[in-house]
Amino acid sequence: MTSAIRKILGKAGPFIGLALVIGLFSIPSETREYFLTFHNFKIIFTQTVIVTIGALGMTLIIVSGQIDLSVGSTVALTGVIAALLIQKGWGAAATTAAAIGVGGLVGLFNGSATAGLRMPSFIITLGMLGMGRGAAKWLADNQTVNYDTSPINGWMTTSNPSGAALPAGVWVALALAAATSLMLRKTVFGRHVFALGSNEAAARLCGIPTTRLKIAIFVLAGLFTGLAGVFQLSRLRVGDPTVAVGLELDIIAAVIIGGASLNGGTGTILGSTIGALIMAVLRNGSQQMGWPNYFQEIIIGLVIIVAVFLDRFRRGAKA
Amino acid sequence: MNSSTRLRLTGISKAFGATQALKAVSLDVAAGEVHALLGENGAGKSTLLKILSGAHRPDSGAMELDGAAYRPAGPSDANARGVAMIYQEVNLAPHLSVRENILLGAESSTLGWISEAASRKRAGDALAALGYGHFPLERAAGAFSIAEQQVIEIARALLTQPRILIMDEPTSSLTQFDTEKLFELIKRLRGQGVSVIYVSHFLEECRRVCDRYTVLKDGEMVGSGDMKGAGIDALVALMTGRPVADLYARKPRQIGAVVLEGRSICRSPRLKTASLAVHEGEIFGLAGLIGAGRTDLLRVIFGLDSAEGGQLAVFGRAAGWEKPRERWREGLGFLSEDRKEEGLMLNLAIQDNITLTKLEAFGRLGWISSRRQAAAANRWTAELAVKCRGVEQPVGELSGGNQQKVALARLLEHPARILLLDEPTRGIDVGSKAQIYEIIGSLAAAGKSVVLVSSYLPELLGLCDTIGVMRRGTLVAVRPRSEWSEPELLRAAVGDE
Repeated sequence: MTSAIRKILGKAGPFIGLALVIGLFSIPSETREYFLTFHNFKIIFTQTVIVTIGALGMTLIIVSGQIDLSVGSTVALTGVIAALLIQKGWGAAATTAAAIGVGGLVGLFNGSATAGLRMPSFIITLGMLGMGRGAAKWLADNQTVNYDTSPINGWMTTSNPSGAALPAGVWVALALAAATSLMLRKTVFGRHVFALGSNEAAARLCGIPTTRLKIAIFVLAGLFTGLAGVFQLSRLRVGDPTVAVGLELDIIAAVIIGGASLNGGTGTILGSTIGALIMAVLRNGSQQMGWPNYFQEIIIGLVIIVAVFLDRFRRGAKA
Repeated sequence: MNSSTRLRLTGISKAFGATQALKAVSLDVAAGEVHALLGENGAGKSTLLKILSGAHRPDSGAMELDGAAYRPAGPSDANARGVAMIYQEVNLAPHLSVRENILLGAESSTLGWISEAASRKRAGDALAALGYGHFPLERAAGAFSIAEQQVIEIARALLTQPRILIMDEPTSSLTQFDTEKLFELIKRLRGQGVSVIYVSHFLEECRRVCDRYTVLKDGEMVGSGDMKGAGIDALVALMTGRPVADLYARKPRQIGAVVLEGRSICRSPRLKTASLAVHEGEIFGLAGLIGAGRTDLLRVIFGLDSAEGGQLAVFGRAAGWEKPRERWREGLGFLSEDRKEEGLMLNLAIQDNITLTKLEAFGRLGWISSRRQAAAANRWTAELAVKCRGVEQPVGELSGGNQQKVALARLLEHPARILLLDEPTRGIDVGSKAQIYEIIGSLAAAGKSVVLVSSYLPELLGLCDTIGVMRRGTLVAVRPRSEWSEPELLRAAVGDE
């Protein structure tokens, strides 16, 4: 009996969670009318884009047994830099490339310091959390960076808000999720990421270049973070150095709700994406229920604990 | 010595779901007796030990301790009644001191404040009773060797003045030298009237230290009697249910040219100097105490640690102190002594563990064909008789013996031509051991070379062509096997010429 439940949870755990929260908000009379409409889900999907893109990189990092606390600061930093470049007259493509590149540089620092100095990534990225935020405020001169307009502003909206089309950001997030998932499951690089997270000493013994691999993982995750910064800018339409405080915790929560273990060695992109959706649905539903902000925060906190508890139960771990 | 019955078990049965782990097992242990509990992995030894130590309750049957009914409510109750258990793996808090570890959970205190003087005395007395009164009480337990940590753990067990001490594979991580000291300790306990239930896969040891034996097979008691007069072959036959041929049967092999040559390899602090030459088709054994530098030598050769001096040649070509990746390319393979910490990725699938050193070969342009990976893995699980649900099963779910076969399969699949094997049979059952001996023998017969580190001397003497002994970081003697005997190896290892 228990083993049957475990099996079902193992195969469909995050999906069941998603169905549960959607079901939860479909029943009350306050939300019944509107919640299950396509338009509402268009909003939910759009709200998930930034967390999802961040969660792709974070999944790589957590599966490999590391952590990245600097994502929120890096999103602010790359957003500010992108806004400054637009002010200078850069086009959308060049600006985006530069923001992604800055994200990659931050990842390069995180990875090199973690692997090269043999320090816990928790410490390195905690330091980066401060440095990134500080750099963003410095570059922005401690105020928001305004610009006239840019095509980037249109990436998180559609010309007809009630139409059937989804914003470009949603499609980008979906495509990247599919590609990252394939990479993690089907390539040598992906297997090495799992091996590193499962047992670093054994990975090294097997001839996997663990230092290079760690750096590559952080750089890749940094590129994703840079892109998330561009979408953040697209949503705000202004470079704000104080934006996305605590975003890394939402992203880590999405990855953990999606079934990854902080001990490394387990996790899936599909799970993390669903995890991000679960959180967005909870936020959206709570708003429609008219619940105050603090109530949403309590609920999301509880969901994280319940999700990890169920995951441990599924794996048959003793509490 | 008192010969009254200390412990009597009658008709103990225990089932887990559909699996009958124990079927009407009976066991008698006298006061001051050392009793060997033998059996292959899965024979029911662990279940029996857990019932004795109060972790499980039997479904039926009766237990008596010194004539009174013994029905422990849990491990602490069993402890209070005088049944203490020493587990295979050391369970100390490495950051706490010796004194704190010995008194953990039984601190001398007044109103919650630890009384320093009383606790020093109690911990010191417990160690002194074992003949280890010289241990520094305030040093952190993690700073001691595994053998010394085991002494600390036994001292902790003795604090409750047990009537029965259960030891589960106490020597599996000890060298022969430390094993001798443990045996003296057991004899001392026996002299004090403590009964010992001794579980081990090392039958020679059991014969030396135990008075009587009981053999379990598939949950049933298949034999028991006096150790005196019981032959190893007879015991193995009881355990496996079939007579065994010579464990170390030799296949004919040809020793060829030198394939691995090391000169004055050193790395402080543990590896002072080692020079060796390993030939094609040769099994080269390395004996020595734990900490003598055998593992350090293998690790430096394999590039896991960097050398500070010396030269290395692989297949006649001078080889730098490369990383493991280069070593695999050159045809070396390394089996770690520590399966869980370094050898295997426990939550990855069997097929990933076997193929990890050469994933590129299972696909194109960085993409992996998991079908081809599975095909390769299936070949090895079949050939090495790995008991598993399939090659997709995580390696952590397998038994120790089967995990070790998976770890070895990685070297075979690669395929390594020079295999560095560090304690390949540690902590695995007799059946798997025999298989691993056979694999090592066939590898040599096929012209591969093996460097075998083992703390189990009969194994080295049985398998190797050449044996070198390391003592305090120096490879002191390398001779053909025929020129070595167990006492001589031991003497060379401890250094009293």
